[in-house]
Amino acid sequence: MELTYTEKQQAFRAEVRQWLKENLPAEPLASYDTKAGFEQHREWERKLFDARLSMVMWPTELGGRGCDLIEWLIFEEEYYGAGAPMRVNQNGQLLLGPTLMEFGTQAQKEKFLPRMAASDDMWAQAWSEPNAGSDMAAISSKAIRDGDEYVINGQKTWSTRAIFADWCFGLFRTDAESSRHHGLSYLMVPLDAPGVTIRPIKALNGKQAFAEIFFDNVRVPVENRIGDDGQGWKVAMATAGFERGLLLRSPARFQQTARKLVQLYLANRRAADADPAIATKVAQAWSDAQAYALSAYYTVGRLSRGEKIGAESSINKIFWSELDLNMHQIAMDILGAQGELTDCASTSWLEGFLFAQAGPIYAGANEIQRNIVAERMLGLPKG
Amino acid sequence: MDFTFTEDELAFREAISRFLMTEAAPETLREIWETDSGRSPELRSKIAEQGLTALSVPEEAGGLGLGDVAWSLMTQELGYYGIPDSMADSAYVATGLLSALPAGEKRDAWLEQVAAGELRIAVGHGCNSLVADAQSADLLLLHHTNHNGDIELHAIERALVDVTPHSSIDSSRRLARISWQPTDDSLVVSGDDAEVLLAETLNRGALSVAGQLLGLAQRMLDLSVDYVAQRKQFGRAIGSFQAVKHHLADVAAKIEFARPVLYRAAWALQKQTPDAELYVSQAKLACIDAAALAARHGIQVHGAMGYTWEVDLQMFMKRSWALIPSWGDRSFHQARVNDNLFSRVAADNQSAGPESTFGRQI
Repeated sequence: MELTYTEKQQAFRAEVRQWLKENLPAEPLASYDTKAGFEQHREWERKLFDARLSMVMWPTELGGRGCDLIEWLIFEEEYYGAGAPMRVNQNGQLLLGPTLMEFGTQAQKEKFLPRMAASDDMWAQAWSEPNAGSDMAAISSKAIRDGDEYVINGQKTWSTRAIFADWCFGLFRTDAESSRHHGLSYLMVPLDAPGVTIRPIKALNGKQAFAEIFFDNVRVPVENRIGDDGQGWKVAMATAGFERGLLLRSPARFQQTARKLVQLYLANRRAADADPAIATKVAQAWSDAQAYALSAYYTVGRLSRGEKIGAESSINKIFWSELDLNMHQIAMDILGAQGELTDCASTSWLEGFLFAQAGPIYAGANEIQRNIVAERMLGLPKG
Repeated sequence: MDFTFTEDELAFREAISRFLMTEAAPETLREIWETDSGRSPELRSKIAEQGLTALSVPEEAGGLGLGDVAWSLMTQELGYYGIPDSMADSAYVATGLLSALPAGEKRDAWLEQVAAGELRIAVGHGCNSLVADAQSADLLLLHHTNHNGDIELHAIERALVDVTPHSSIDSSRRLARISWQPTDDSLVVSGDDAEVLLAETLNRGALSVAGQLLGLAQRMLDLSVDYVAQRKQFGRAIGSFQAVKHHLADVAAKIEFARPVLYRAAWALQKQTPDAELYVSQAKLACIDAAALAARHGIQVHGAMGYTWEVDLQMFMKRSWALIPSWGDRSFHQARVNDNLFSRVAADNQSAGPESTFGRQI
């Protein structure tokens, strides 16, 4: 055990810090849940890509710089620590990217990954359906083979930022007679294809944060399938763990929120201390954010020893989503009557508070995650 | 950056675990704990034969020369198997203190005896009003403030200490109030050096208990998992019900996120980094929370059986409750975290951000 960084790691940290200092937008970008904000974020992503900082862990030939997991954690620490913009293409970069890396053909990798790293293509996920939420194996959207193409019919929903995105990816039933986990295939679909209709869904913040996608005889070539026909569930699950675990929500983001929470508390200490418990709540939340980061480093260590992680990623998902909610709840308690205002400096806390409500629901509801932990980590019988 | 244990450390842990599994089964412990002394010299010497008492004794005194990092694995095993206080207190906490003293005839002799499993040391510290295992100790490490206001650390033979036992709800505990007279002969170190040593000893004691609490949490979780997998109601194992599953998943999560916090603290204490105190308190709190939840949810999923003397859960639950306030209670460690955090953020914003998981960087 050696919990200090090497000179090379420190140099990388310094480089990232310096670059961010010189290149961070002077003004915060508009919300990426608006068209204008979405395009601003795309521009920012291109800038990151040009500096080969958009996907630092990817190999150089795919637009990355071949960093290891520790360097990736360092990048994230500097990135979120500097208050840099949220990653608008994360569904592509962090969910689809690793899947393509593991299961994609060479041609697919070359075609999609560099454009994804540069955010030339923006990706939306298309997993959920009106009747397939927590029970994702109930997917009924069909993609029926016709020559060298699949013909897609059906509906997807809760597709984040789909009205602005260029492509979507998800599971479709390619064997019409199949049920549950069988007969599903993992497909990538251009959102400008004939027969695609996207209808925005207003989220509780009033923005078009997600959308429904309707497929009406949408044709995609067979080479848009990742993995074998009918193996979609396996492909999706193989990477789901890792994403949920490490990539999707890196610790730095929550540590940054925790630091801001401490600052918010200190700036409002006199009033906040009217409730003597608040100081401890703040310190506990800050410690929890550190615990999440330490767990990430420890997981990296386990991976480096050749261990596999599985259900631990479900534990992570429970932890970060409840931590995020808790931190924003404490902030709202500190803000008091100011918390509801949508037009002042504290509004970013309100926005975070609203978004945090979704954390325990999306990417697999926390109840499902607890079942997974109980069944796969603890070995309890299925219900 | 290498957040892993060495193969040797892991293998040693595995060996100790396998050994204690057979030698320290709950039925054996119950018998030992019912005796007056509450200790088994036989079990103790067997554990010493495994090398545990030599773990952190310096190599020149016949030990293995390992430190807090290795102990963060071992204390979990001691907790998991409910090994009473004297083992961790002598072999880890007291040995850490003695090892930090300058080499000398007495100190070297004590360390050699510890390594051989022949010396039991009880440690008195201001943060604990009672001393654990004072009665059966051979030597006590104690401190007091002299008439000049200086802190003095003394090593005093058991025969020279008056011991008034107190009983604890944790049947393994042998607590006592002590009274003693410092002598010139018993003085080990005084002044700033003594103060530094005592502060470090408090951190080591807290870390020792934190590791044991984490081991206890894991034991209570394992017992609970076993129980709910075999107990049937409504024609099925109660472990198949979501309400029960979620209770235990929450315990697993607490343990999972406490573990690396414990390890960071152990590393910082071993390296004596400026953040060691903060990290130790964070570790103690995280492990307290894991053990407390494992006890609460453990007894809940055991149903009425959890409230009985018969089921082993009670041994580990009560030991957890006893250890939680030991070596600095929850309030003590929470206050240390709060003070440290708020003063550091006021002074240096960056020291509390994502860049500083392992202390201030560049």
